Amino acid sequence: MTNNLIEYIYGIADNDLILGQRLGELCGHGPNIETDIALTNISLDLFGQVRSFYQYVASLQGANANEDTVAFLRKEFEYKNVLLVEQPNTDFGYVIARQFLFDVFNHLLIGRLQDSKDETLSAIAKKGFKEVSYHVRFSSDWIRRLGDGTAESHQRIQTAINDLWVYTEELFQQTDADKAMIALGIGVDVTHFKADYFKRVSEILTEATLQTPDSQYFQKGGKQGNHTEHMGFILTEMQYMQRTYPNMTW
Amino acid sequence: MEQEIDSTLYHILDEVADPEIPVLSVVQMGVVRKAQFVGTGVVVDITPTYSGCPAMDMMGDDIKKALQVAGYEAKVNLILSPAWSTDWITEKGRKALEGYGIAAPLSPEADKAVLLGNKRMVKCPQCGSTNTVMISQFGSTACKALFKCEDCLEPFDYFKCLK
Repeated sequence: MTNNLIEYIYGIADNDLILGQRLGELCGHGPNIETDIALTNISLDLFGQVRSFYQYVASLQGANANEDTVAFLRKEFEYKNVLLVEQPNTDFGYVIARQFLFDVFNHLLIGRLQDSKDETLSAIAKKGFKEVSYHVRFSSDWIRRLGDGTAESHQRIQTAINDLWVYTEELFQQTDADKAMIALGIGVDVTHFKADYFKRVSEILTEATLQTPDSQYFQKGGKQGNHTEHMGFILTEMQYMQRTYPNMTW
Repeated sequence: MEQEIDSTLYHILDEVADPEIPVLSVVQMGVVRKAQFVGTGVVVDITPTYSGCPAMDMMGDDIKKALQVAGYEAKVNLILSPAWSTDWITEKGRKALEGYGIAAPLSPEADKAVLLGNKRMVKCPQCGSTNTVMISQFGSTACKALFKCEDCLEPFDYFKCLK
C-alpha cells in the first residue's frame, strides 16, 4: 500500500519538479520581463506544490528521508514524470506548447485530486488548484496570441504543437500503482477525463487558428522510468550540489 | 475562518512582519491561523498564501524568534487545509496594503473582470483613479499581478483575489 502510494505521488509530483526545473532555466531569458516573471512564477508554484508532495513522501518513507533526499537523490529511472515535461526549451513556441499541453491536463487532474480519500493529497490539491487555474489561463492565452498572431508566430507554435503532440497520449497511461490507488479512492482515474482533455485542447487550438494534429503515433515510457535523452542532463544540473557536497544545506 | 490566537500571543505575533510586504504583520495577512499555549510551550499554525511562497520558511523562523525573545519556546506547524484566501487579510491589513502602494484584492467577480476581461476597476494606490490596465497576470511575487495607471502613469502591484 505505502509503496504504491509513493509511486502514485511520484507520478504526479515528478511532473511538477521537472517542469519547474525547465521553467527555472528561463529565469532571466524570457522574451520580455513580464513573460519572464510569469514563467518563473509558474515554476515557483510548481516547486511549492512538489515540496508538499515530497514532504508527504518523506513522512511515508520515515527514517532519514526528507524532501531533499526525495528530490535530489533518486536515479533517473526512479523519476516517474511524463516525457512531455522534460522536453527542452527549444524556442518560446515550444515552451508555451509544452506548458499548454501539460496545464490543461494538470488542471483537470488536480481538480479531481481534491476529492481524494487521502487527506494530505486532497489538501495539497485544494491549495494547488487555484494556482494551476492561473497556469492554464496563461498558457491558453499565449496559444491564442501566437496562433492568431503573425505568420511567423503561427508557423512556430504549430510546429511546436505538432512535435510535442507525440507525448500527449502518455498523460493518460496508467501504472499498476495508479490502478491500485484508484481502487482505494485515493487516486484519480485519468481515463475519465481523456476525452474532455482532447476536446479542450482542440477548442483552444481552433480558436487560435491552429490545426489539431491527427497523428496516431505516440511516445511513452516516462511513467515507467524510461526517459528521453534530455532527462540525464536535467538531473545532472539539478542534483549537482547534493551529489558533490552530500547532505549540504543552505 | 476565524483566527484562534491567544490574546497574549496576538501582540507578539502582530509585530512579526511579512518579509515581502513589511507593512503587514503575519496576523494581518491571515497567515497565522492558530496560536495557543500547549504545555510549557506555544504552538503556532501557519498556512501559505501560495504553495511556492518563498517567504514561508522565513515567516516561521521570525515567529519562533519573536516568541523566543518574549520567553516562549514555539513550535510552528505548516498547515495546507483549509487553503488560505485573500478574505483572510484583515481590514486593517487591507488598509496597510493600500498605504504601501499595493491595490487590495477585489471580490472574485470583479477580480475575474479585471484579470480576464480587461475591465478598469482596480484603484490606483497612488492617485485613486480606476483608469488602470493590467500589464501582466503575474507580478513581482506569486500573489500579485502587475498594473499600470493610465492617469498618473505609475505602475503598481495588485494583490490577486484567491478564494
